[in-house]
Amino acid sequence: MLHDRDRIFTNLYGQDDWSLAAARRRGCWDNTKSLLELGRDKIIEMVKESGLRGRGGAGFPTGLKWSFMPKERGDRPAYLVVNADESEPGSCKDREILRNDPHRLLEGCLVAGFAMGAGACYIYIRGEYFFEGSQIQRAIDEAYEAGLIGKNAGGSGYDYDIYLHRGAGAYICGEETALLESLEGKKGQPRLKPPFPAAVGLYGCPTTINNVETIAVVPEILRRGVEWWTGLGRPNNTGTKIFSISGHVHKPLNVEEEMGIPMKELIEKHAGGVIGGWDNLLAVIPGGSSVPCLPATTCTNILMDFDSLREAQSGLGTAAVIVMDKSTDIVAAIARLSHFYMHESCGQCTPCREGTGWMYRVVTRMIRGEAEIEEIDTLLDVTYQVEGHTICALGDAAAWPVQGLLRHFRPEVERRILDYKKTQQAAD
Amino acid sequence: MPKLTINGKEIEVADGLNVLQACELAGVEIPRFCYHDRLSVAGNCRMCLVEMERAPKPIASCAMPVGDGMVIRTDTDKVRKARQGVMEFLLINHPLDCPICDQGGECDLQDQAMAYGFDRSRFKENKRAVKEKYMGPLIKTIMTRCIQCTRCVRFATEVAGVEEIGLVNRGEHAEITTLEQAVDSELSGNLVDVCPVGALTSRPYAFAARPWELRKTDSIDVMDAVGSNVRIDTRGREVMRVLPRLHEDVNEEWISDKTRHACDGLARQRLDRPYLRNGEGRLEAVSWDTVFRAIAERLSGLSGDKFAALAGDLCDAESMMALKDLMAGLGSENLDCRQDGARIDPSCRAGYLFNTTIAGIEKADAVLIVGSNPRWEAAIINARLRKRVLMGGFKVGLIGQQIDLTYPYDYLGAGPESLSEVAEGRGAFAEALDKAERPMLILGMGALARGDGDAVLATARKIAERYGMVAEGWNGFNVLHTAAGRVAGLDLGFLPGAQGRDTEAILAGCQDGSIQALYLLGADEINMARLGAPDSGPFVIYQGHHGDAGAHRADVILPGAAYPEKNATYVNTEGRVQLARLASFPPGEAREDWTILRALSEVVGKRLPYDNLGELRQRLIEANPVFAAVDQTEAAAWGAFGQDGAMDAAPFVSPIGNFYMTDPISRASETMAECTEAFGLGANKGATGTDG
Repeated sequence: MLHDRDRIFTNLYGQDDWSLAAARRRGCWDNTKSLLELGRDKIIEMVKESGLRGRGGAGFPTGLKWSFMPKERGDRPAYLVVNADESEPGSCKDREILRNDPHRLLEGCLVAGFAMGAGACYIYIRGEYFFEGSQIQRAIDEAYEAGLIGKNAGGSGYDYDIYLHRGAGAYICGEETALLESLEGKKGQPRLKPPFPAAVGLYGCPTTINNVETIAVVPEILRRGVEWWTGLGRPNNTGTKIFSISGHVHKPLNVEEEMGIPMKELIEKHAGGVIGGWDNLLAVIPGGSSVPCLPATTCTNILMDFDSLREAQSGLGTAAVIVMDKSTDIVAAIARLSHFYMHESCGQCTPCREGTGWMYRVVTRMIRGEAEIEEIDTLLDVTYQVEGHTICALGDAAAWPVQGLLRHFRPEVERRILDYKKTQQAAD
Repeated sequence: MPKLTINGKEIEVADGLNVLQACELAGVEIPRFCYHDRLSVAGNCRMCLVEMERAPKPIASCAMPVGDGMVIRTDTDKVRKARQGVMEFLLINHPLDCPICDQGGECDLQDQAMAYGFDRSRFKENKRAVKEKYMGPLIKTIMTRCIQCTRCVRFATEVAGVEEIGLVNRGEHAEITTLEQAVDSELSGNLVDVCPVGALTSRPYAFAARPWELRKTDSIDVMDAVGSNVRIDTRGREVMRVLPRLHEDVNEEWISDKTRHACDGLARQRLDRPYLRNGEGRLEAVSWDTVFRAIAERLSGLSGDKFAALAGDLCDAESMMALKDLMAGLGSENLDCRQDGARIDPSCRAGYLFNTTIAGIEKADAVLIVGSNPRWEAAIINARLRKRVLMGGFKVGLIGQQIDLTYPYDYLGAGPESLSEVAEGRGAFAEALDKAERPMLILGMGALARGDGDAVLATARKIAERYGMVAEGWNGFNVLHTAAGRVAGLDLGFLPGAQGRDTEAILAGCQDGSIQALYLLGADEINMARLGAPDSGPFVIYQGHHGDAGAHRADVILPGAAYPEKNATYVNTEGRVQLARLASFPPGEAREDWTILRALSEVVGKRLPYDNLGELRQRLIEANPVFAAVDQTEAAAWGAFGQDGAMDAAPFVSPIGNFYMTDPISRASETMAECTEAFGLGANKGATGTDG
């Protein structure tokens, strides 16, 4: 269990004030200049050594991502874009940072932007986070006023601007290249890769897109040292992470914990346990709606980090733990997720546009068992036809929950189909 | 030059290609729907997936640039499975209406379904239906068939330059839509060609024919002076449709809407029998023999200076050559192929050609357009100019009417005054021309077909010389013709002789009685009122294919062949000699034009010395060796042309007021009439629709 002294987000619950003065009391903006004095290469080196992996879902090594930014880029500007379009069902960790600890993010923006040589940072926030958007804007204003950002940011001699941009509530705009399109004022549709944003990003300039949490933890890693960070968690899954626990638990919450904490411990220590006790657990979606669910048996021993969840054919995603007890209609739950992905598909590429609707309709029929047994395999086949064949990862995200359902709850689906057939026969 | 291995075969390809193109070079066909050579890459259909070594997922080959050492496989189970999956997704919401779909038989989806489709459906849900959209009189939409490849969106925004089509909504509800109005572009017909399925089909051609019933003939278009390469599809005698044919140096693979859709005019208002004006002043259908004898009778004893000939815009080189020779035999020097009175100086070939060539536009870095609306006068050249603009580093200046060219330009003024300014090196655009390495000038008929045309031409020549437009390996001086027959006429010298009269003098002669007989070879665009009434004016012989202005005034009508009905030579505005081929036969008793002249020559006792097309073409080459070099553009020598003089202050006005109706064929076309109405160019020009 994480010691209080190791916590980065000490105001996650908003007990303290969000403002600059309070943030400074909590150690934020503490001699940021000295962090910048480490130099660009050193910062990237340290982030690489820390093994920090992106907190937005894919878990890509952050330092490596930053090092993709071209060193020689002529007179083209470079940008850091912060992805605050937190829309994954179940996930609400960034919201708390934006609301209660905005200066953590802003400090991170400056340090990260400096490390990659960006002259400006855009924070793209989902439109529904209206209060959080206003909050971050207030924090930006404060930081400008205090001279922490803007011309000669914090006395470092580095000019750095931070802008807030509100989205209009499309899930797909959380995909990094769709986010760039949206930021440029176009329709939010993912771009083809290559070219990757580090080469051709926002307005055709080198751009790095990072999640809010990823950026917010960077200054603390630099301040407290790489050893401190790597001392937390497991190799390749280092540091702390904010987990959003929701669903059938006594006390749903966001909590910062060490990476690799056992799921059972996480749920029982922090969220007050599963309603009706651990034995009443049916399944858990461990990383936000897009990862496959895990059955209760697996959940008992699984560790909450990237690698162990991947081994269990699921994923850490955004670490949004959705707990479902035995009162849950698991098929209906997955059908609801399928509906979400059908609704949020951008419609650009074929497999996702056509496949999400197909999957949703078949799963929906399966709630009542109104299907043929063969259709289970057809459905599975459809998910494989979508997975990996699309421009962005939304296709995968739509396919995985259904795959999780069929992997772990196939007997339940079969039972419903047979039951339905029986009732039909009885009616005839 | 990156080296790739494709299906185990090594291949070296040029830089900047994508994997799909490399596969094509290696002889591996990649199925695709959204990818199109001339449009930006969308990568959204996912049909072109291939396997690449070290890539965890199959990649879209159209969107992947080639890299050295890439190992590509297109024949694995994984690839086949992926493509079959995509095909299944495309088909689940695609209606099964191939039997009533006009795309049937030439549909990419249909073809690919043969290769990657499944013989039954696993999709048990309801299919999606999409509301039809209105895209104007040329395009029929059945949007339920749409596979959202966005080729049409990209064509409209990129090539045509009209942002009027887009993809709205998302997910399953994504659909192509317009602004609830016709797509206002002269290139809109190409949308039908780029659509890989039957969502956008040709409205005039709807349910008319199946591709396998049609005979396809490669030919040349005559609706403007571009000389677009076309394929004419005929069923029996009837021209069913006209499609573009690939020619990188001329029209790439686009054609204008007039080229494509004026063909229904070929079946209307046709002259299919010889006519002779009888004693009551009415035109009466008679036999060839009778008309020829009537002409011979009328011409006998008439001295050459009292006889004149004018050639129209659609004339082929062969018939003009024959008429020229006949006129010479009759001792007349009064002939002209410039029926609009354009003051083109034929003494120097470079002075009347589009010397830069159409493909050469892409190498230019500045252009001054004078008295022309290229969008209407030569839509394909305008598309090339737009393509050049999009490549960047291209300044456009315009003197003439202020119009929407689909790309931005500096407007310099309306008339000769602004031209003088540039000639004297004043103004910001003069500086731009000065700096340009390969500047060009486009001189339209709006600047030449006027009284001071000679002076305008001389000023344009001076501009070309002043700004270094004519240099080693580069000629930036261009005349943009609007008539398909014009350059051929100039090349073979269908022009007044030393003592001869030009168009204006011929018409004046008709008015004052000094011209007593006039031969109109498809000439309809002159002011017929100047010819006077049939009983008082000159004896008018009209040879042509449509009952248009010329035929109405004529005393004798000789029914000729329209462009799809003859083997003929045309020279486009670049000076490119191209051969049109016979796709169908002329109606009724109409004949190929040169044969009519050959037959007439015998009756009037001046037998022309050629008995077949080969001999006539030999005669053409004798008259001007350029006719021997088919489909080539040779740089013409620079020289002096034009005449110094005072220029009028009147602004330049493009000769084309209505793009859709410029010649006898398009004027007879119902489709073109509908377009004229739809785009507010007809009699109700400017009407709001609420005028009652």
